[in-house]
Amino acid sequence: MLEAYPHNRLARIVLWGFAALVMAFLMLPTLVVVPLSFSASNLLEFPPHAYSLRWYENFFGSATWMAALRTSLILGTLTALIAVPFALLACISMNRLGGKTAASIQSVLLTPSITPGILLAIGLFFVLAAQRLVGTLFGVLVGHVVLAVPVACIVLLPALARFDWNQVQAARSLGANWARAIGGIIVPQLRISLLSATLMAFLTSLDESVISIFVASGRNSTMPKLMFVSLRDQIDPTIAAISTLWTAIVVLVVLIVALRQKS
Amino acid sequence: MKSLPITIDSVSKAYGSYVALDDVSLDIQAGEFLTLLGPSGSGKTTLLMALAGFVRPDSGKLLLGDRDITRLAPNKRDIGIVFQNYALFPHMNVLANVAYPLALRKTPRAEARQRALATLARVKLDGLAERNVAALSGGQRQRVALARAIVFEPRVMLMDEPLSALDKNLRETMQYEIRRLHDDLGITTIYVTHDQREALIMSDRIAVMNSGRIQQIDTPQRIYDRPSTRFVAEFMGEANIVAPGSVRRIDGAEVSRETLMIRAESFHLDAKLVGGDGVALEGILRAKAFRGENWLLTLALDGGQEVLVCIPAALAGGCAELAAGRRMTAYAPAAKVHAIPGAMA
Repeated sequence: MLEAYPHNRLARIVLWGFAALVMAFLMLPTLVVVPLSFSASNLLEFPPHAYSLRWYENFFGSATWMAALRTSLILGTLTALIAVPFALLACISMNRLGGKTAASIQSVLLTPSITPGILLAIGLFFVLAAQRLVGTLFGVLVGHVVLAVPVACIVLLPALARFDWNQVQAARSLGANWARAIGGIIVPQLRISLLSATLMAFLTSLDESVISIFVASGRNSTMPKLMFVSLRDQIDPTIAAISTLWTAIVVLVVLIVALRQKS
Repeated sequence: MKSLPITIDSVSKAYGSYVALDDVSLDIQAGEFLTLLGPSGSGKTTLLMALAGFVRPDSGKLLLGDRDITRLAPNKRDIGIVFQNYALFPHMNVLANVAYPLALRKTPRAEARQRALATLARVKLDGLAERNVAALSGGQRQRVALARAIVFEPRVMLMDEPLSALDKNLRETMQYEIRRLHDDLGITTIYVTHDQREALIMSDRIAVMNSGRIQQIDTPQRIYDRPSTRFVAEFMGEANIVAPGSVRRIDGAEVSRETLMIRAESFHLDAKLVGGDGVALEGILRAKAFRGENWLLTLALDGGQEVLVCIPAALAGGCAELAAGRRMTAYAPAAKVHAIPGAMA
């Protein structure tokens, strides 16, 4: 974008300024919680008058928050472990079937990503209630997998479209059954896309709040649910400390994956 | 290594209303080199993929030896396949590609390595074992694909236009080498190509296919000289299909009332080089072209039909001086005049 005006200094300065403003507008609301989290005050105040780590202590010392963190990490991992293999197999079958069949499978699989989250959550609540699964980890997991599958599919479909299917036929003719052809030929060559899909599925689960609010409860509350509830019931800077940690974790994970992809 | 015969028994395959294979039957002997030859869309690749196990026939049976493999999974058929684009595994080096089928068969590592290296030597790729596949030339990739398909000693080998991506000189070298490899291993081979010359050079027998059917199956010489249908005659080379009545016998005897096939290169311009039982065609010279090893003359017969006459440059002393528009006669010996059965013409 900037290369289009190499000789016009004023235009360059205006463009840079505009870009910086957009970045600030997007980033600042997220970053404002960082100083808040180090505040010594009992209230959310900006700028803080004194600094302390008491809200981080409060977070790590709280059994409720630790349980929620554990639940969220377990859910995120399980969601990725289930959604990505499922999405890979679904994408392989869509890739092989082609035509109208593949298009209809795709639209069914991608529906959860278009449906408003609240509708999905209400629907899931009734389905799980009938099975007496409301409040269980399994119930939330089902919801998260349903949301993560379309995300993983969107990453994997184009990668499979570029893949040379003759290689799978060659492997099959050389004696590989389906599992070995997929594991030994497709997976190693799609590892970067699979890594991205895994990350996206993990983050989808980590970030999800609506389904968790409806379906998770008590010991199985996820971080986003507990954050929502604590914001409603008691406002103290613990929430800022958690948000800061949360943002740091996500940025770290994305950075690690991005760096691994480069190397 | 014991190679096996293949029986293809009334195999049909349709995709919607498109018939890819129309009741195809074919027996291939153990150790034979058979080529499926035909234009694109003739069904030759579909038939090969049915043998490989990637296309399930709608009806009919496929036998390997006396074992029915029609519904057997591809990985249980023990058939070596060389794909058109080679389908090498880019995430493995040359040695790992060739050792892959052995690893799948749980061959001990040391033995697998040694067999893979021996096979690489057989296809003249010694010293490239540790190379990355991406660093190989087209010809080298072709050889790796070949090595990978024979290293596990399959009883049948299928090749799908394996040379179509190579340039002309390399293609001719590889034709010779693949045939030599086949003779060394004695492995039943089915080879798919659309290149007539390649089929003639390499095969024990050729099955010419068109529109999902086998038009003729025979030795290269008989396919070329004695085509049973007009399609085969024209597909195999510069064929002139001459209607009954536009030909006369040199000795004046009666000519059969059948459609005749005379190849362009069967003609002579000198009646003395052809016996009395040969035939003569009279017409007007329309065009002439010098093609290096020969001259191609286009003759318009009196009925209006055009006939291609190909004269070797060594025998065509006067061709350069022939002027278009002049009346001339071309002669063909009786042995080179082939009658195509009425229904097939």
